[in-house]
Parts: sequence; structure tokens; C-alpha cells
Amino acid sequence: MENKLISPSDVTPTNFLKSELLKSKTGIDGLDDITNGGIPKNRPTLVVGAPGTGKTVLSMQYIVNGIILYNEPGVYLTFEEKTDELQINLSSMGLDLNKHIEQNKLYLERLHVDRNEIQQSGKFSIDGLFVRLGLAIDKVKATRVVLDSLDTLFAGFDNGILRSELKRLFFWLKDRKVTAIITAEAGDVFLSRFGLEELVADCVLELNIRVINQIATRRLRIVKYRGSFHSTNEFPFIIDESGITIFPEVGETPQIIVSSERISSGIKAIDEMLENKGFYVGSSILITGSAGVGKTSVAASFANNASKSAMITLYCAFEESPSQIIRNMKTIGLDLDQQVKSGNLHFYFSIPSLFNIELHFIAIKKMIKKINASVVILDPVTKIMEEDINSDMRSMFVRFIDYLKMEQITVMIAATVTPNALDLVQGNEGVSSMADTCIMIESKQENGFHNKILYIVKSRGINNSKKEFEFDISNEGIKIAPIILKSKIRNGYLDNSSKISKELKSAVL
Amino acid sequence: MSQSKRNIKIKQEDKSTENKNYVFQLFVAGSSANSSRAIKNITSICEQYFRNSFKLEIIDVNKKPAFVITENIISLPLLIKKLPLPEEKIIGDLSDTQKVLDVLNILI
Repeated sequence: MENKLISPSDVTPTNFLKSELLKSKTGIDGLDDITNGGIPKNRPTLVVGAPGTGKTVLSMQYIVNGIILYNEPGVYLTFEEKTDELQINLSSMGLDLNKHIEQNKLYLERLHVDRNEIQQSGKFSIDGLFVRLGLAIDKVKATRVVLDSLDTLFAGFDNGILRSELKRLFFWLKDRKVTAIITAEAGDVFLSRFGLEELVADCVLELNIRVINQIATRRLRIVKYRGSFHSTNEFPFIIDESGITIFPEVGETPQIIVSSERISSGIKAIDEMLENKGFYVGSSILITGSAGVGKTSVAASFANNASKSAMITLYCAFEESPSQIIRNMKTIGLDLDQQVKSGNLHFYFSIPSLFNIELHFIAIKKMIKKINASVVILDPVTKIMEEDINSDMRSMFVRFIDYLKMEQITVMIAATVTPNALDLVQGNEGVSSMADTCIMIESKQENGFHNKILYIVKSRGINNSKKEFEFDISNEGIKIAPIILKSKIRNGYLDNSSKISKELKSAVL
Repeated sequence: MSQSKRNIKIKQEDKSTENKNYVFQLFVAGSSANSSRAIKNITSICEQYFRNSFKLEIIDVNKKPAFVITENIISLPLLIKKLPLPEEKIIGDLSDTQKVLDVLNILI
């Protein structure tokens, strides 16, 4: 142990800076990951975005999580919606604000601001707001404050007063040592309409929403984070009944623990091709081949075997419904239904077009966490990839696979390759390059027979068989036999299964 | 709608400031420059236009913070004309005398 390896993550300045800068946890799924622990404590953070991008949800979740998770009371001042409307909106997300108000943990108030109702003569300041904020903070002993939004608060202000008052507001908040989220609408020239965030905010988050192929995707970007390293990428997120979930990017040097444990493929012949042991635990396996070649059967065999050996398995079906898969797999002798009933096998089913790809991954990730899955099947992933084949989606997929690796989850990905593109393995590189084990099933027409060939393209860290094998699916299940036997047992070459497996062994080993 | 109608009506009737009792509240925050200017300006306006028929109350919200909630105060200084009705509000250091008189429906 003298020559201890120093990994790059040990020497980056991230580690010591992390301890220098105090952070306030948001408790929002994924946000604390991408900010390395939350937003800057006792400082103001600006959240910028167009209407409807989720600014209110994010800031309200910050306050409510503060109360529930960290026992930090909060003040929420809104100049926007009526508070009762806000409460209805948020209670539909399972945020019961009244309870927190009654327990004096939350101070929620809507400040009515209408510049048209009040005339102006000469210079003024927003000192009244400071007094109100001070009262509210003292009342609940708040450490978290939200002001939603600057645009309505400063509506009708002339530029001179706006600039000076905005600065005073941020300095006042810093002075009070509260962690504040201030929302603002996105501007044209500057990030926010005010263009002052560079001066005053310690942290700026931008929310946006984009519609691609009629599917809207929400994204979050850390524009600025004073004194902390941060990713400049955009992170997709969803808003559902549990609030915001952000899909984090795995760090540049993910701490992937490499397992030397093995997991059976559920098909004896495939295990035999892989040093008679099967796949590595926590590796990614790609099954590729044209439509109808039997990828689902291989995947279902793997899922069946894994769940039988008490591993929680999540089968993500993007093409066939779970009941269809269960029915079809019964015909090759797999009783998936029994595994579902035992609670070891779970299905995730969604029609890809309903969601964007990253939303699938977020939903799947949530489900993995919920059921604590150790094996995941994605069948087929081509369907997702069809939705959007730009590099953005690819990187999303890589992130997802990286996430699974970090969690030591073994993943089997079925991907359809059209017959024309069969030999274009590099054309599918985005998928195959991230797979540790790549299994190809080809359909070959020869002498009036439609034969299927299975071979292992690669298998990282395993001295896999380099041979091609006959692959067939019948009522008796999946049959795999060495290809050299083909000429000997033409016409019914897969009838005698005991003979095949005997010959298979001698052929492989 | 009814508010603006009433304003017009009062403007027509309220030709002079004679024999009217004016009640003003001026809210300020501490002794900032804006505060002292507003106090100076409203005092001189009152003395010039209302002579003895006014009552001016100056309230420091730092000392009486409850007013910020009851009067929904954000911007300061804030002048409220409590009487005669309708109530009128104007913010700022009140340096624009004409604007103040306009808003308060006072015709000279």
C-alpha cells in the first residue's frame, strides 16, 4: 500500500473550497448534487426564468424543505399570485402550507404592489419592505427567505431608484444573514431584466423551458456561483407531485466501484461464452439486433433469473406493455408473472412519445430508488433514441448509464438495429461504446433457411468466446448452439437439446 | 371605476381648502435623507395651503413597525391623506409640490 494511487479528484481544489463555503441545502432532488451541497448560506441567490419555468415551485420547495428536512423556518413573500391561489397550486403538489403556518414555521404573505394606485413625488426607498421582512423573519425566526418576484416588486420604478434599491435589498439580506432566493423574470439583453445580478447575487440559477418536437423540457443552469466550482451545463428537470427533480450530471471523475462479482445472464450458453460466469455485476450489457430477432427473450431471461435469485429487477418496457411481455415470455417457458407477484420484478412502462428521453430517465431513476433495484432492463432503447438522435440526447443517455454504474446496478439494454445498418456497429457507437458487454444477434438468410446468429462483439475484462452461435427461440425456450454443428445437423439441428449442450461445451471450452 | 368617478365629483365640489379639516399621516423610516426632506416638504405645504386646518402625524415605522402591515407599506416616505375622504396615497420625498397637491385633490 506504499504506492497509493492519487486519483485526480483528491488534488482538485474542490475539496477544500467545499468546506470553506457554507451552503444551505435545498433538499431538491439533484439540485444539491449539482451545486455541491446547496445554495450559498446567508447570501442571496437569484433564480431567473420566463413565466411558467418553475421559479415559484423551486423557491417554495426550498422553504418547505427547510422546514421539514432541516428544521429551518422560512419567510415567503410574494408579490405575484394571491396566497390562497398559491396554496392551492402547491397543495396539489403535496405541499401543505397551512400546517407550517399554524406551527409558526412559515411566514407567507402576499404583498399587494400596484404602482398605478400610488402616485410618486420625488425620491423614495423600499425601507417599508425591509421593516416588513424584518418583522416576518423575527416572527418565525427564519433563516430562509424567498422574495417572488423582483419584477412585480419593482414594477413602475424608474431606473435610478431601481438600481439603488435592488442593491440595498441584496445588502440588507446579507446583513440579516438569511439565505435568500429572489426570483426574477428573464430579460433580453441581460439575464434578468435588471442586469444587476453580476453585482449583487452570489449565485444565479437560470430556469428555462424549450419545446422540441412538441415535447417541452425544463432545464436548469447554474449561471454563477461565487466561490464555488460548478458545472456550466444545462440540467433537465421535471415538476411532478413531489416537486422538482433535477437530473444531475455525474462528476468528471465518478467514483465507480468496479465489482469482480459476476451475475448470470439466465441463459446457460451465454454464461458459458463469458468464462462460464456471466456478466460483471454493475456492468452494462447491450443486446443488439434487428427487429424480432429475440432481444426481448434474452432480456426477459436475464430479468427472470435475476429476480429469481432475489435481486430486485426493474424492467423498463418502451415498446410492449408489461402484460404483453409476460404473456409472450410464457410461451418460451418464463413465468415472469410469478416474479412480479414475489415483488422482485417491477415494470416501468411508458410510451416514449409522451415524454422526453430525460424525463424517462428521471422517472426510472426515481423508481430505482424507490424499489432499490439492482438490475435494470431497458427494452428497447432504440425507441427512446428515435425520439431525438442529437448529441444532447446521447449525453443524457451516457449520464444515465454512468449513474447506473455508480449505483452498481447491472443494466441490460436492448437496441434495435435495422438490417441495413447491421454491419454499421460504429453507427450505433453512442450506445455500444458505453456498453461493457456487447451481444449481437444477426438474422441470416441462407439456403432457404432463416438462421439467427449470436455472438459476443466485446466484453470488457472477460475472455469471452469469439465464436458465432446458432440462436433459436422455441416453445422450449432459448437455444444456443455452436455454429460448426450446423452442417452436421441440418434440418432440425436444434431438436436434441441435450446433445447440443454437450457439443456446445466441447466447442467453447 | 367608482373611485375615479368620486374623485371627479370631489374635485368639482372641493374648490377651496377653507373650512376643511385635513388629516395627514406621513410614514418615514428613521432619519434618512428622504425622511427629513419629506417632513420638511409636507410641513411647508401644509402651512402654506391649509394654515390652521390640518393635522399632520409623522410616524417612524422603525419605531412603530405594525403600521407597515396595516397600511401595506413597501415604499417610503409615504403620505396618506386620511381626511377628507377619499383616502389618497403618495410616495416620495414630496419635492414636487404640484404633484402632491394634484394627488391630494387640492385645487389652489
